Amino acid sequence: MLTCKQFLAELSDFLDEKTESEIRAKLERHLAECPNCWVVCDTTRKTIQVYKGMSSCSIPEDVHSRLMAAVERKMAARNPRN
Amino acid sequence: MDLQALLAGLTVCTGALALLWDNGDSPEMATESIPVAVPVVDDELELVAKARKGDAASFSVLLRRYEGKIFRLAMNITQNREDAEDVLQEAFLKAYEHLDQFQGNSRFYTWIVRIAVNQALMKLRKRRSDRAVSLDEQIDTGEDTVIREIAAWDPDPEQQYSQAELNQILTGAIDDLEPIYRTVFTLRDVDGLSTEETAEALDLTIPAVKSRLLRARLQLRDKLTRFFKRKGDDAFAYM
Repeated sequence: MLTCKQFLAELSDFLDEKTESEIRAKLERHLAECPNCWVVCDTTRKTIQVYKGMSSCSIPEDVHSRLMAAVERKMAARNPRN
Repeated sequence: MDLQALLAGLTVCTGALALLWDNGDSPEMATESIPVAVPVVDDELELVAKARKGDAASFSVLLRRYEGKIFRLAMNITQNREDAEDVLQEAFLKAYEHLDQFQGNSRFYTWIVRIAVNQALMKLRKRRSDRAVSLDEQIDTGEDTVIREIAAWDPDPEQQYSQAELNQILTGAIDDLEPIYRTVFTLRDVDGLSTEETAEALDLTIPAVKSRLLRARLQLRDKLTRFFKRKGDDAFAYM
């Protein structure tokens, strides 16, 4: 059986479903027998989920305006006819 | 802000990423070298092609699509609004200037992230003129994977808080991470880049991205447990 440390080392790949089937089976066996690792695995999965929900990010309006102005100046310098 | 603390996660480095654009204005651009096939957002190649020919509207579409993420990334690294704004502008201006170097083998976002990361690192280096900084750091493999709290969470922990409170909790937890972890986690788990894309954007190896991601996830899990654990569950340390 895997140790908890070995389980943790594979946790990211396990959650990303990137582990090969043989390793995955070992990890699942460990999970079934180790309540601590089960909790860590479950709460790490939820951690990832909760952050996926904050994917939208706005930019302050004044920052956007200054960026647009800078880019437009650059464009005008490069393409004076546009 | 304590610059020493900010740079605690960064290090003196001779890595390629830190050495790019030493003079600021003489870019060895972040040329694409990604060896793996990654999905490319459908219209990007067309937008870039049009922008190259001088179509300002096409470049504006790309800019609007990614400005928020680039600004957040710049804030993550510099932790300074003014510097982040500079990084944002410099990244898009350089991207526009060097559009011909974007070959379309990777996403436009990956390419501009790499430019922005270089600009952000240069900002940090200017604040600390005697030392180069990089995200490509050899990290200690010990303490960071220690699990300090184990407690089951409520089934829907985010429901306990208003959206504003939740955002504050999540942002606060990320801000507490070392910059190397914060940046990898944001690109990989918030922005949804693949491990390979994150490695390319940050000029890290894939194992380095994986180890930073694991540590970031575990540290965030630890921090969030404080807020999300089921009432009555004891928390304890192990491993």
